[in-house]
Amino acid sequence: MADLNISITPEPLVAAQCIEWVMSPQCGGIDVFIGTVRNHTSGKTVVRLEFEAYESMAVSEMNKIALDAAARWDIQKLLIHHRTGVLAVGDIPVIIAVAAAHRDAAFAACRYIIDTLKQTVPIWKKEVFEDGEVWVAAHP
Amino acid sequence: MIINIKAFGIAREIFGSTVVSISLPDTAVVADLLPEIKRLYPAMNKLSSFAIAVNGCYATNETALTAADEVAVIPPVSGG
Repeated sequence: MADLNISITPEPLVAAQCIEWVMSPQCGGIDVFIGTVRNHTSGKTVVRLEFEAYESMAVSEMNKIALDAAARWDIQKLLIHHRTGVLAVGDIPVIIAVAAAHRDAAFAACRYIIDTLKQTVPIWKKEVFEDGEVWVAAHP
Repeated sequence: MIINIKAFGIAREIFGSTVVSISLPDTAVVADLLPEIKRLYPAMNKLSSFAIAVNGCYATNETALTAADEVAVIPPVSGG
């Protein structure tokens, strides 16, 4: 069974700490996804992002994704951290780190986790532009 | 019965509150709640979609509701 480390926090995420947590002598590869706040969307300048979570359910959904990934691929350690609150350009809303004996499993699991997180975990972001704001994906 | 419904993101802004109370028949299921939300808050009709969570899990149309349940409106998610 893989070791899981899942959290939602208003505190800044630190990539080095996340990588250190998944390191293990049994693992030959670590795959890391770091989401960062982009300075533009559809040609508009982004000023900041505001993240909001239904925390108890978000943690529960992240746990489901982690257990799914651990069942599908041979991975040893798996970390999913997501931030809430107001983030500036360059800040880190999400870090996923996966350690496995072999790299194929780490790459595949990491990709699966971020793709699924974006589809199912109850977290929302509002993009604030110089001249307005929008809840991402809310409207067709 | 009165169901208290948590709202997040754009649904919170449409409701004007983090929690709203909606009155439903005691035998209500999620399929009965959806049209009531759309009737009380017409702007919800403009969303791409929205889901209902009951006690922290995504519900289906058939999921039964009780006044003791934790019910939440989940507008399209956009984490990551």
